[in-house]
Amino acid sequence: MRRRFLLTSCLALASLSLAAAGCRVSHGADARHVVAIDGSSTVFPLMEAAAESFGRSRRARVTLNASGTSGGFEKLCRGDVNVIGASRPVVHAELEACRGQGIELIELPIAVDGITVAVHPENDWVDALSVDELRTLWAPEAAERVKTWRDLRPGFPDHEIHLFTTGGMESGTYRTFVDRVLGGGGSRSDYTSSENDHLLVEGVARDRHALGIFGFAYFAQHQDQLRAVPIAAATEAVAPSPQTIGSGAYAPLSRPLFLYVSRRSAEQPAVKQFIQHVLDHAPSLARKAGCVALPDEAYRLVRRRFERRRVGSLYASPQTDLRIFDLLEHDEQRER
Amino acid sequence: MSARRRRREAAFRLVCWVAVYLPLALLVVLFGHALVEGLPRLDAAFLSGFPSSSPTQAGVLPAIAGSLYVISLTGLISIPLGIGAAIYLEEYAPPRWSGLVETNLAQLAGVPSILYGLLGLGLFVHVLGMGTSVVAGALSLAMLVLPLVILTTREALRDVPATAREAAMALGATRWETVRQVVLPVAWPRITTGVILALSRALGETAPLILVGALAYVTFLPDGMGSPYTVLPVQIFHWITRAREGFVPNAAAGVLVLLTVTLALNALAIILRRRLARGSHPNEVTR
Repeated sequence: MRRRFLLTSCLALASLSLAAAGCRVSHGADARHVVAIDGSSTVFPLMEAAAESFGRSRRARVTLNASGTSGGFEKLCRGDVNVIGASRPVVHAELEACRGQGIELIELPIAVDGITVAVHPENDWVDALSVDELRTLWAPEAAERVKTWRDLRPGFPDHEIHLFTTGGMESGTYRTFVDRVLGGGGSRSDYTSSENDHLLVEGVARDRHALGIFGFAYFAQHQDQLRAVPIAAATEAVAPSPQTIGSGAYAPLSRPLFLYVSRRSAEQPAVKQFIQHVLDHAPSLARKAGCVALPDEAYRLVRRRFERRRVGSLYASPQTDLRIFDLLEHDEQRER
Repeated sequence: MSARRRRREAAFRLVCWVAVYLPLALLVVLFGHALVEGLPRLDAAFLSGFPSSSPTQAGVLPAIAGSLYVISLTGLISIPLGIGAAIYLEEYAPPRWSGLVETNLAQLAGVPSILYGLLGLGLFVHVLGMGTSVVAGALSLAMLVLPLVILTTREALRDVPATAREAAMALGATRWETVRQVVLPVAWPRITTGVILALSRALGETAPLILVGALAYVTFLPDGMGSPYTVLPVQIFHWITRAREGFVPNAAAGVLVLLTVTLALNALAIILRRRLARGSHPNEVTR
């Protein structure tokens, strides 16, 4: 008798759950009071810090995932999530795909990810490096050709060069470096890498012939033990600093990070409050997440952009040499 | 015995010994590593806490709740379906047909779990519009364990002596009465074991759930079948990928929690089997 009851109740429960499964479940982007966020794993720490400080004060629910920038755009355009973090601007095809779904995107630059090339403080021969030299040094074939400093530039000492990077290709920082300097693909692999930044700082700080690649935020904490190498993209060499990275002058080893929100989601009170929270606290959130904040003036423009629900991308016209601040200002003037 | 034969004997023994103790040693190393890394982080605050951007404040409660919710739902869906299918195949279906189905089920049981994730993503999340909800995750896992549940249940049913069925039918029982009063009581202990082992496998699955949308950061407990969620293995995975920020001890502590939950499930299987086995031996089925 008891078993019979057990069996029938099991069957009843199962059919109930199947019935419930059959009907459309409200979820993710549609549910009220939920801010569903996805996107780049580089932006994830920033979003996490934002979600944490936002959630403390409000009833709204924030969920985070890290499917990558491309995966994030797909989900945003499908309406699965409200907001995504992106480590690159949206590309034309993605904008079109979104428009096809009736979803318009608002683009909001929130921080900059800077990469530092650092050497020993007593390294007196490197004044600056050009992007071409960085390419020569890190290309896959360099493992055979560029073994000493002199191989890199005649006049440098004839001593073996020791390379250090953060986390190798697993790390967003190093992958960005490779993308920016080598145009994607592979790099040489005879470097020392560690997930533990502390070991890397020690590695470079103890070795006069070392050269290391760090995220700028981490370099900034150890400025007394390391020296940043100014990088020359075209003519003038620029040293990394919060100012040069934030303004985009330190090129090409900095990249803006973005939030994208769909226009429809931006009308939901919870999403709107979350975006405002992020923009109001962007400098401290960026610092907490190890990125560099934009100049205050840039945040003012970004806030206006959001208030006006300006859709589309700043990068739609191919003026890619313009800096983020100039782009924002340009756009502001056009609106007016 | 010649010296040569004795040497061969010794060599074979060594191979067998290594086959047993090498995996055991690996298990000890793995478990020990997780213990050393994770134990300092494993406290009440960790178990009852919510995710955070600082590793020492991050907790695992939403993941525990999510795992239990998803697994219960997976069980509710897969157990009745699986046992029902097994009963049909074993007791009702023509042998040739059930043989064909069984071959296919065995294939399905061996399909990599990521494919169930892809199927779940396409079918439940998108086509049926369930989104990244608890129910979509549970349905995907239910598909994953269903072949296992059916196969183990069939084996359990097959072990019931044919004479018991014949005796019941000779007394005029219908098939359903035979199944309910004779076959199932005898088979219950083994069915329960099979089901719980299948569910503990589902508990450790990561890949399919990442595909169907288990999240990296949830600050609330799932409160319905449409709720967003995360589960222990997915939470562990996300912590592991953030080694530089010091989340590895959290991952290790998460592994310990997952191990404990799995062991608890397996212990439950053993207890249930013992209790059900009492008084359900074929010779005692006289009620």
